[in-house]
Amino acid sequence: MSPETLEELRRILGPHGLISSPEEIKTYECDGLTNFRVVPSAVVLPDSADQVQAVVCVCHRERIPFVARGSGTGLSGGALPVKGGIVIGLARMKRILEVDLPNARIVVEPGVINLEVTGRVAAADFFYAPDPSSQSVCSIGGNVAENSGGAHCLKYGFTTTHVLGLEVVLPDGSLVHMGGKTLDAPGYDLAGVFVGSEGTLGIATKITLRIVKRPECVRTLLAAFNSPTEAGAAVSGIIAAGMLPAAIEMMDNLAIQAAEAAVHANYPNCGGLLLVELDGPVAEVDALMAHVDQICRQNGAWEIRVAQSDAERALVWKGRKAAFAAMGRISPNYIVQDGVIPRTALPQILSEIEQLSIETGLRVANVFHAGDGNLHPLVLYDRRIAGQEKAAEKLSERILELCIEKGGSITGEHGVGEEKKHMMSKMFAEPDLQTMHRVRCAFDPLQLSNPTKVFPRPRMCGETPGEYVAHPLEIAGIAERF
Amino acid sequence: MSAGEWFGATVVEPADENETASILRSANDTGQAVIPAGGGTKLDWGNPPRKADILLSVRRMNRVIEHAWADLTVTVEAGCTIAELQRTLAEHGQRLAVDPLWPERATVGGILATNDSGALRLAFGALRDLIIGVTLVLADGTIAMSGGKVVKNVAGYDLPKLATGSLGTLGVITRAVFRLHPLPRNARTLTIAATDANDMQRIILAILGARLAVTAVQVRPGNEVDVLLEGTEDGIAAQEAVIREIGTVREGSPAVWKAREELWGDAPIVKFTTLPSRISAASAAFSRFVIQATGIGYAQFRGDLQGLRETMEQDGGSLAVLGKSDVDAWGNAGDALPLMRAVKTQFDPKKTLNPGRFVGGI
Repeated sequence: MSPETLEELRRILGPHGLISSPEEIKTYECDGLTNFRVVPSAVVLPDSADQVQAVVCVCHRERIPFVARGSGTGLSGGALPVKGGIVIGLARMKRILEVDLPNARIVVEPGVINLEVTGRVAAADFFYAPDPSSQSVCSIGGNVAENSGGAHCLKYGFTTTHVLGLEVVLPDGSLVHMGGKTLDAPGYDLAGVFVGSEGTLGIATKITLRIVKRPECVRTLLAAFNSPTEAGAAVSGIIAAGMLPAAIEMMDNLAIQAAEAAVHANYPNCGGLLLVELDGPVAEVDALMAHVDQICRQNGAWEIRVAQSDAERALVWKGRKAAFAAMGRISPNYIVQDGVIPRTALPQILSEIEQLSIETGLRVANVFHAGDGNLHPLVLYDRRIAGQEKAAEKLSERILELCIEKGGSITGEHGVGEEKKHMMSKMFAEPDLQTMHRVRCAFDPLQLSNPTKVFPRPRMCGETPGEYVAHPLEIAGIAERF
Repeated sequence: MSAGEWFGATVVEPADENETASILRSANDTGQAVIPAGGGTKLDWGNPPRKADILLSVRRMNRVIEHAWADLTVTVEAGCTIAELQRTLAEHGQRLAVDPLWPERATVGGILATNDSGALRLAFGALRDLIIGVTLVLADGTIAMSGGKVVKNVAGYDLPKLATGSLGTLGVITRAVFRLHPLPRNARTLTIAATDANDMQRIILAILGARLAVTAVQVRPGNEVDVLLEGTEDGIAAQEAVIREIGTVREGSPAVWKAREELWGDAPIVKFTTLPSRISAASAAFSRFVIQATGIGYAQFRGDLQGLRETMEQDGGSLAVLGKSDVDAWGNAGDALPLMRAVKTQFDPKKTLNPGRFVGGI
C-alpha cells in the first residue's frame, strides 16, 4: 500500500484510527479459526458510518480489497485478512442508537456485543433471541455477516429472522438502506441476502433488530441416556408428539467429560445427555414438560432433572456453552466442525463417525443442536505428533462429506469463510454457484469486499459498463474473466 | 405445450424443470416476454407488464415430493396448491404455518413470488422465515438450487429469501423446501370489542407486550380485535384469563381469519405497512380493512392513492396497490433501487421475465 494511501486513511480516521505498525497489526492476522493467518497491509478502526464510507471509497478507487471484522470470534476464517488488503475493524461502532419497546425494535451499530442487546432491554422483559455460544463477546455485525444461530434457533430462528433493516456501505462506497422498521418494504429482500453473506457484499453500519418479549416461564430438562441413539429416539418422539421446544441439545460422553472437567456442570455421567428447554405460559409449559418427561423415560432415560431456578438453568447451560473450549481439558488440540444433517439421520451418522474414529485412532466428541440436526463434532488431536493434524483435518472433512451425502449442509451457523470454501462445490452444482455469483456481481462487481471467501474458486464478473479495469486477481493470474 | 391464450399471450404448461428451462431459454433468445403463473389468483398484482408473449404456468408441476415429517420439512413443487399441500402435511399432524389468500387455488410458487402470508406471521414469521430451499429457473435456462433441505444452513447466499417476494422477475420458482410446524392441539379465537380507536391501539400493544404466546392478532372495522390462541387446553385457558384483564372478550369465530379475502370486490385493494404502535392511526384512512398486529394491513380504498401513500411513507411505512390502478403499484423503493436493478440485470439482463411489473420499472 502506498504511503499516500496510508496517509489518506490516517486523515480520514485520525491518529488513533489507523494501525500500521507490524507488531500491532499482527493482532488482526486471524479470527477464531487460528490455523489460517494473513497479515493485512493496514487495519482501520472507524467510529462512524461516514468513516467506513470514506475508507471504502478509497479502497474502491485504489482497488484495495478489504475485510470487515467484528470481535474476531468467527470459526470459519470469515474475518481472515486478504494479502495486500486492509481490515476494517468495527469494534468502536458500539452505540445502541434507538430502543423502541412498544414496537419491539432496537437499532444498533455493528460493534455492539450480542449480549449487550439483551442487557439493554432485559429490565423491560425483552431479550434478543439469537444466542451463539460466543454471545458475551461476539458482535452484532459479525452475527449479521455469518447469520449466527445458537441453541434457541430451533424455536426463535436465526439472526436473519431478527434483522428488520440494514444500513450498508456497498463495496463502491455508496450507502444504502435495506428493509426498515416496518415489514415488507417494496422491492427485493436485499437484507435477506445480505445477512449471512459473510462480508462479501458490503459492510453493515446500522442494524435494526427485532427483540422478543420474555416468555412467562422457562424450564430446562436434563435427561441421561445410555447412548446418543436412545437420546435421538427421544427427540423424534418429542417432535412426533407435536412439540416445538425452544432448544434441544445433545452431548455424548466425551463431551460431557470435557464439560465436567472445565465447568463442573454436575452432568450425569452417561452415554448421551439430552437437554430440552420449553418456554411459554406456565400452564402450557407444565403440561408439555410432563409429556417430554414421559417420552424420555419411554426411550430409556435413567435420570431426569428439571432445572427450576434461573441459577440451576444457568449451570445446565454453562456446561453446554463451554463445551468447545472445554475440549482443551482433554486434548491439546481440536477442530470444531459445523455440519448439518436431516435430524433423522443422526443414529446413522454417529455410527459412521465412530467407525472413522476407530479407523484413524482420533477421538471425536459430539455436541449437537439435536432439534435441527446441527452437529458440532470436535476432532481431538495432538499437533506435536507428526501427521496427526493432517489426519484430523481429513477426518473432519470426511464428516462434512457424510453430511452432504445425507442431504445436509457443510455449515449450520459458523459460515463457509476460508475454511470450507473448497467444500462448496461438493454441496452445490456449478449452475447453483454461478447463480450465487450473479448476486455477488450485482453488489460488488470488482470483488473487493472480503474476496477469496465462501466460493471455491475465484471468478470474474462480466464486463461492467465503462472503462475496463483489470482486477487484482486477474493481474495476479489467479482468475480469468469470462 | 401450448395450452391456450391469456390476454393474447400463449399459455404454456411445462411438465418439469427441464421443459421450463427450454421454454425460457428460447423466449430469452427470441426476445419474448414471459409471465410466470401459479394458480392465477394474483396475476393482476404489480404493474401491468410492458410486454406479455408467454404465460408460463407451473400448475402441472404440483407434486409434494417429500414430506420428511420427522425432520419437520417438506419439498414441494411450485404448482401445488396450498390447500393440497396442507392436506398432505396434516396426515402427519403438521402444517406450513402460513395462511395466505385463497389457499384452494393459490400455489406454492405464487405465494412465494408475491410474498403472501397472513396473520399467522406474528407467531411463525413470514414465508422468508419458513422457506429453506428453492429451485429457480433463470431466464437463460439455468436451473439453480439454493439453500437445502435442512432447517439450519448458512452455506452460500440465501437465494430462497431473494426469490421470495420478487414477483417472478428473477427466475421461475419450480420447487421449494419449507420448515414445518406441528398442527396445534387446540385453537380458540377470541374477539375483543374495543370502545374506540385509542382503546383498540391500547389492546393491541397490551397483548403484544404481555408475556403470552398468542398465534395471531388482527383488527377489523368497528375496533374489533381478534386473537388466536393455540396450544394445550390449560395453556389456552391461562392465556385467555390474561386477555380478559385487557378487554371485554367474547368467543370469536374461526371465520374471522378469512376477513382479508372478503375485502376483494370492486374497489382497489391496498397493502400497507406501519408500526404496531401506529395501527389505529393507519386505520383511520379506511372503512373496510384488516390490519395484522405485525403492522401489515389490507384495505379497500377509493380516493387519492398517491396522497395516502405519501402519508404512509412519511410515517415510515409503505403502500402497495394489489390489482389494477392508475398509480404505480409499489411506491418508493428507497436508495437501494439501483442495487435492485443491478440484481435484476445479473439474473435477467434481457428483461424476459415479467418486464415492468416490479418496483422502479424492474
